[in-house]
Amino acid sequence: MTTLLAYVPIFPEAVLAIGAMALLMAGVFRGERTTVPLNWFAVGLFAVAAYLVIRQSGGPVSLFNGSFVVDAFTRFMKVLTLIGSAVAIIMSFGYMREVRLEKAEYPVLIVFATLGMLMMISANDLIALYLGLELQSLSLYVIAALRRDSMRSSEAGLKYFVLGALSSGMLLYGCSLIYGFTGSISFPAIAATVAQGNVALGLIFGLVFLMAGLAFKISAVPFHMWTPDVYEGAPTPVTAFFAAGPKIAAMALLIRVLLMAFPSIFPQWQQILVFISIASMTLGSFAAIGQRNIKRLMAYSSIGHMGFALIGLAAGTEQGVTGIILYLVIYLVMTLGTFACILSMRRSDGMVETIDDLAGLARHNLPMAFALMLLLFSLAGIPPLAGFFAKYFVFLAAIQAGLYPLAIIGVLSSAVAAFYYLWIIKLMFFDEPADRFEPMLGELKAVLIAAGIFVVGYLIIHAPLEAAAESAAKALFY
Amino acid sequence: MIQVGLPHYLTVAAILFTLGIFGIFLNRKNVIIILMSIELMLLAVNINLVAFSFYLQDLTGQIFAIFVLTVAASEAAIGLAIVLVYFRHRGTIAVEDINMMKG
Repeated sequence: MTTLLAYVPIFPEAVLAIGAMALLMAGVFRGERTTVPLNWFAVGLFAVAAYLVIRQSGGPVSLFNGSFVVDAFTRFMKVLTLIGSAVAIIMSFGYMREVRLEKAEYPVLIVFATLGMLMMISANDLIALYLGLELQSLSLYVIAALRRDSMRSSEAGLKYFVLGALSSGMLLYGCSLIYGFTGSISFPAIAATVAQGNVALGLIFGLVFLMAGLAFKISAVPFHMWTPDVYEGAPTPVTAFFAAGPKIAAMALLIRVLLMAFPSIFPQWQQILVFISIASMTLGSFAAIGQRNIKRLMAYSSIGHMGFALIGLAAGTEQGVTGIILYLVIYLVMTLGTFACILSMRRSDGMVETIDDLAGLARHNLPMAFALMLLLFSLAGIPPLAGFFAKYFVFLAAIQAGLYPLAIIGVLSSAVAAFYYLWIIKLMFFDEPADRFEPMLGELKAVLIAAGIFVVGYLIIHAPLEAAAESAAKALFY
Repeated sequence: MIQVGLPHYLTVAAILFTLGIFGIFLNRKNVIIILMSIELMLLAVNINLVAFSFYLQDLTGQIFAIFVLTVAASEAAIGLAIVLVYFRHRGTIAVEDINMMKG
């Protein structure tokens, strides 16, 4: 019994792993029957896992020779990821009915991908990092190509697979160099070796390759090429899922690797982060302007948002990390809310996804247009909505760390990005109406209302959230 | 007589890795070649890991290499499955034809 109790920190992951296998069995033996119970079972698994994560408390606990670690930071990020995955499943029901994609694989793969994300967040050595990342990525490749009757979906899956495998290769090459030049794979041991001052050129090479692999997973420029195509081609609920959990998990992993394994060569990786961040912000703002497909637009929007979030990490301070965590929370809510709207763009003859289809939405469906307007204002970063505070915290951290050029470029590119968000709002409220959409489904309405309330009410609920984010960030600086 | 040491292994691995990357980007013909290039990259990493492991007299690298082999196998399986789904639609797996979405 005592041996079992020692494994309490990994119970959330164990629940997901066993639950995913049970789902797989259920999927095989139930045959062609409806998959709705399976989807709800997956949501239930996420709820149980989130409960178990919240129940854990206290400082860093490590398991399996230090390769798996649990602290306040992992707890916060895991809850966030689980919320993203659960909402993505709940939002998928209507779409899957519409395109007849009610397959048992979907919840199974989502649960496996989420398990991979939780393992990534808790990874504390290079093998755990790699295995978590691959469990997540391999599931995501399949989910992207889930719609086998759609050419675009299979093309998205193929592109994602090829570029994803390339990035895994680079990440792995980096891991091998780091292992070779420090003689260890565990983050604290690497940090100890690096702190002694023997920083070989090979180690820096390894770090660069590792960061390139992780930058691919958070779709930061110059490793963003897959994002627009995969977002456009994948089924829309899958796109919502891609935009939520995987980004958060990969960002958490990047933060942990850089701050736990390489704190003493901060100037080396700060330069890389500053470059990636500036490139992502500007490309995300400018490339989105010409887009006609709303999913493609969201892809560029997410590239830009990852650039903003990286500002906090480039600052390298506890305040910066708090900023990123808050940014990720707010980004998650805004993205899921916006995708609830995109999933409601449904006419009697099927789903539509161009921006022009939103024209004059306010005449037909004022509440939806109003909620989408709030979310777009928030994505653009207009006070007093939540998106403004997200940007405010990371810019503040950058300025206090003396990164003035980064903060200035950030503000300017967020002004450029505001153009296309405001353009959609103008289209919805002042243009000639396009055809009417079908009424919104209940679950999408619920997600949209919750996101809208969060975005507007952030000023009221911010205190506990910020306190939680601060204690999460503190776990990385001790 | 040249003594074969760690730098030689690292050089071979670096060359193989670069060949793998170029194989992905310069190849215009066939997606299967891309899968082979990916495999080449992962094997280059394995050479690195095993060479370091021997040089450091530390088993961790070899354990890592075994994990990489396992994951590479499942990656190839998933890759081939996705290529198959794609082929059923287009009737071709030429790289230059994968261009439905752009921008």
